[in-house]
Amino acid sequence: MNRRRFKERLIKALLYISIGITLIFLFLFLFHIFSKGFKVLSWSFLTEYPKSGMTMGGIFPAMLGTLYLTGLSMLIALPLGVMSAIYLTEYAKTGWFTEIIRTSINTLAGTPSVVYGLFGLSVFVLMFNLGVSIISGALTLAVLVLPIIINSAEEAIKAVPEDYREAAYALGANKRQVIMNVVLPASIPGILTGAIISVGRAAGETAPILFTAATFYTRKLPKSIFDEVMAMPYHIYALMTEGTSPDFQVPIAYGTAVVLLILVLLINGGAMFLRYRMRRRRMS
Amino acid sequence: MNELIKVKNLDLHFGKKQVIKSISMSVYEKTVTAVIGPSGCGKSTLLRCFNRMNDLKGAKISGEIMLDGENIYDVKADVTALRMKVGMVFQKPNPFPKSIFDNVAFGIKIQGIHKKSYIEEKVEKSLKEAWLWEEVKDRLKDHASSLSGGQQQRLCIARSLATSPEVVLLDEPTSALDPKSTSKIEELCIELKKEVTILIVTHNIAQAARISDYTAFLYIGELVEYDKTKTLFTIPKDPRTEEYVTGKFG
Repeated sequence: MNRRRFKERLIKALLYISIGITLIFLFLFLFHIFSKGFKVLSWSFLTEYPKSGMTMGGIFPAMLGTLYLTGLSMLIALPLGVMSAIYLTEYAKTGWFTEIIRTSINTLAGTPSVVYGLFGLSVFVLMFNLGVSIISGALTLAVLVLPIIINSAEEAIKAVPEDYREAAYALGANKRQVIMNVVLPASIPGILTGAIISVGRAAGETAPILFTAATFYTRKLPKSIFDEVMAMPYHIYALMTEGTSPDFQVPIAYGTAVVLLILVLLINGGAMFLRYRMRRRRMS
Repeated sequence: MNELIKVKNLDLHFGKKQVIKSISMSVYEKTVTAVIGPSGCGKSTLLRCFNRMNDLKGAKISGEIMLDGENIYDVKADVTALRMKVGMVFQKPNPFPKSIFDNVAFGIKIQGIHKKSYIEEKVEKSLKEAWLWEEVKDRLKDHASSLSGGQQQRLCIARSLATSPEVVLLDEPTSALDPKSTSKIEELCIELKKEVTILIVTHNIAQAARISDYTAFLYIGELVEYDKTKTLFTIPKDPRTEEYVTGKFG
């Protein structure tokens, strides 16, 4: 009896320690980034161009570039991913062909991001001749997040109760109408979850845009999606590895990291709020 | 009584298993016909033959069901048009996760009708016919899940009435409801038969006796007996029917 109670306590202690360590790391991480970065934060840091060989000024072009890249990649990946998920769940017959598609998607999900960078370079930049540009980078990022969106949309669609489909069919709806009017609206919260994770990935990745979209420094803002841009993750990378006056540049890199974190947090927060409201409307 | 539906030698297989065995019967216009029988006898499956819902599950069907002089299993038959003509209400209330109004309007909108005044009129009429209007007229924009179980089931009835069906199929519509909601839906069925023909599957023998004009007793896929409810319950011809309606098995 005593032995069992001891075991019980031991397990509990281990669980507490695990979550404690996780929280400590998270806290250290945030503290480290914020303490090193917050000094440079100011309104002008957000609105100005980099100045004096990137030792002063702001990160406005990099912020704008990241927003463009993330936004455009989501515009490409969301419809493509959701439609693929609809095909896989509602139309694909079970069999080796569908299995191959699924395996391929899961393999894509596990591929290192730098490989996507090389892929983007050879396919979008060179083969499609899109050059180093927003569109090349956004397409590369779109391919990167596609598996996440497909998988979460598939789960969401599968979770729609069969009752709804039957009710719709029984009212004379055809398959397209059942999917468009019943299945998709009911699975939007789940699809949003995939989108939230994807925004974080797309905004934060460096390797996929390294060869496809990002530039170290440009004085002009992009005029079209065929221009190259600065982007926050690459800005951080460049300042830390290629900077010539680290005393000034390292704080800017940390400041950029803080802005990137907050930006992703804001976008996620917005999407989560949307999802929460949809779920609550459904419950009440 | 006018014969509205005529079933001839209906067979249904799910894979190798035969669920419906050569059933022939007539359903009469503006009556309530109950289908009773023990669990797994195929009564729900039989009901789903009338709006071809078994097609979705890959059933193999032979024989014919004539409705308005046309075989609904004809290769040229329009299944979606059939399902507007033959409405269905399910065992568990299953309103869509939409507003009360949008639930009732669903069947009209998918026909491509978007005239607002027509839809509003039709929604109101259907809700009135399902005895739900007074309870929801001030909150049509509310989510359907805010209704009680009995109200949700009446919403589902209203939803099926909105496409102006000739027949309404009810698949154990009260088995998930409390006694009060159940009797309300039973009374509603009797009222509705002034306008539509009703087929109801029930595991509740007393319910069949209370509301139906005709009763079909199904046993392991076979139509054992089909007659006026009064006759079937008082002087059953088949000993199995007698045993079932007197509660010896079920």
